[in-house]
Amino acid sequence: MDFGLTDEHHAIVDSVRTFVERELYPFEDEVERLDEVPADLANAIRAKAISAGIYAANMPADIGGGGLDAVGLALVERELGRASYALQMLVARPSNILCACNEEQASKYLLPTVLGERHDCLAMTEPGAGSDVRSMRTRAVHVDGGWVINGTKHFISHADMADFVVLFAVTGTEDSPRGPRNLISAFLVDMGTPGFTLNRGASCVSHRGYHQCELVFDDCHVGDDQLLGQEGRGLELMDQWLGASRLTVAANCVGRAQRVLDKALDWSAAREQFGQTIGKFQGIGFQLADLAVAVEAAELLTLRAAWRFEAGEMTAQDAAMAKLFASETLGRVTDTAIQVFGGTGLMSDAPIERWWRDARVERIWDGTSEIQRLIISRSLLRPREYLA
Amino acid sequence: MNIAVCVKQIPDQSVPGKLDPGTHNLVRDGKLILDDSDSYGVEMALQLVDRAGGGEVTLISMAPNGEVSGIRTALAMGADRAVLVSDPSLAGSDALTTAKVLAAAIRRNPFDLVMAATESTDGYTGTVPVQVAEILDIPSVSFAKKVEIENGILKVQRQTESGYDEVECPLPALVTVTAGVVEPRYPSFKGIMAAKSKPVDVLDVAALGTGPLTTSQEIVSVRAAEERASGTVVVDEGDAFRQVVEFLEAIKVI
Ligand SMILES: Cc1cc2nc3c(=O)[nH]c(=O)nc-3n(C[C@H](O)[C@H](O)[C@H](O)COP(=O)(O)OP(=O)(O)OC[C@H]3O[C@@H](n4cnc5c(N)ncnc54)[C@H](O)[C@@H]3O)c2cc1C
Repeated sequence: MDFGLTDEHHAIVDSVRTFVERELYPFEDEVERLDEVPADLANAIRAKAISAGIYAANMPADIGGGGLDAVGLALVERELGRASYALQMLVARPSNILCACNEEQASKYLLPTVLGERHDCLAMTEPGAGSDVRSMRTRAVHVDGGWVINGTKHFISHADMADFVVLFAVTGTEDSPRGPRNLISAFLVDMGTPGFTLNRGASCVSHRGYHQCELVFDDCHVGDDQLLGQEGRGLELMDQWLGASRLTVAANCVGRAQRVLDKALDWSAAREQFGQTIGKFQGIGFQLADLAVAVEAAELLTLRAAWRFEAGEMTAQDAAMAKLFASETLGRVTDTAIQVFGGTGLMSDAPIERWWRDARVERIWDGTSEIQRLIISRSLLRPREYLA
Repeated sequence: MNIAVCVKQIPDQSVPGKLDPGTHNLVRDGKLILDDSDSYGVEMALQLVDRAGGGEVTLISMAPNGEVSGIRTALAMGADRAVLVSDPSLAGSDALTTAKVLAAAIRRNPFDLVMAATESTDGYTGTVPVQVAEILDIPSVSFAKKVEIENGILKVQRQTESGYDEVECPLPALVTVTAGVVEPRYPSFKGIMAAKSKPVDVLDVAALGTGPLTTSQEIVSVRAAEERASGTVVVDEGDAFRQVVEFLEAIKVI
């Protein structure tokens, strides 16, 4: 097995790392303080990312995206993940599901989003349907020439910055071995469509400056041409197009864990108590050693999954293992970093407590740790069930 | 408009450097990166060629072990090709030998303008570019903070201690640019992929055709530079301005 990265991979890392350090790090404290990315700053960062040619890294090159292989994309996510979420998401990676647009939809939604002229968000979760997405209640009913949508979504990231939403709604039911289940379809719905209102969500402990919203649909009419992909095949569409971007959270967590660990190491080598640097106390040094092993392992799991994706071999289990282990490792790293920094780690003038808070959401969104374990355990046990 | 840009590939500055105990030269056997101070020349050259409506940017570099990592960065920014001179006999070359090598490499392709940084970041004398110009028998303008070409005439704002001089000179010529002359672009993903297939001619001294090159400079001894004294922190308790004024008076700025 070849663990080497290509020269191009190294160059991609250098380019994105430099961008993150020069264009994003300097604004982290301000965004944290304001709980907001000022609009002119957001526009400036987007414009710089576009002119630097690192925008829409996850999209195909022929429509203006980065055209990277899966390992290259994981490395980009790792580097962007180092920075504050509210800032790094401005170097947008639009939802891959937009690649399912037909020609007419592509010119209205996909292409302008890749060019940074429009911004997307994606709405699946509802107050009553989180991990169990299929139990959603938002419903689209077919009428003459289009659909009427009713229902409420919540926790929808950056909907306040979006021009349109990729919305998932129930459009029917089908029989399954375990009884009837919802058929779900995806729609492209523009902000400002009558019957569609947006409310800012409660403030979140993680990722200040990055907001989630409630979307309310009350007899909202959309056209037939706003159905994305086939009717009733929304979740399959997700599966089909998500691809390597399933590793986004894992790679983001690896990058942030590396940054936090670096800071903890610097501090351990500088802070003196009882006449020596605290890193020399085994109680601290060994904890750092364990963290370094975990971060390295998380990175290997993530890059291996990406590498397998590129080879057409990635399974749901590969992605779940990477997401689970990387997000839990980040939790450990940030918690231990607070211990290493002592009281200083808890103060708001150092970034440690922010990283600790920010780490928490990573074990919840994009499939909780429990759901990842469910995916892993099922794929381990399923072959044995056939044998039994 | 064809522009040759001299670029140096140097050891990564984030890793502490080492001197060879025998020759006192900087050890350059690891991975090398593009000297940051050269990214300004590359950017300036790309913009000038763009404005001229066509032409090529050729990178010129001398480095050990056929090292191209730094060159690839500049190719990813958009330069078209590169000439790299790499030869074990060039280890420890002094400024004049380096200038002879670069000049011979530049001559291999037609050029209207040669660009270089005012000085490099690792080991430097700040004299290589003007020596290159002398060997090529072309005029040189140093410390450019703004560069334009109008009707085949090079127009430069040349940084001085008190402001800048406006200098005009015919082409071909050599310009050294200061850091900050332009904002260097990031190598884009597309640029990085394209750089893979851009031509890099790797030559040894024999292929360069300069004849034998001898280095006449010898580094007799080296000593550590004095540690920079730590600065003074002025805490403003309402009278900080007075301390600042006193300080400026003491160093005779006001
Ligand atoms: C900041 C933020 C941004 C978000 N952005 C978006 C977005 O842009 N779009 C979007 O659609 N969604 C978004 N989400 C929603 C996110 O994906 C959900 O929060 C997540 O899927 C979990 O759903 P839930 O919060 O309803 O928890 P629940 O599903 O109610 O889970 C509660 C607990 O029960 C556990 N649990 C549930 N089912 C099982 C099971 N079968 N076995 C074992 N344990 C189980 C869970 O692991 C968890 O511990 C966002 C969430 C947050 C916090």
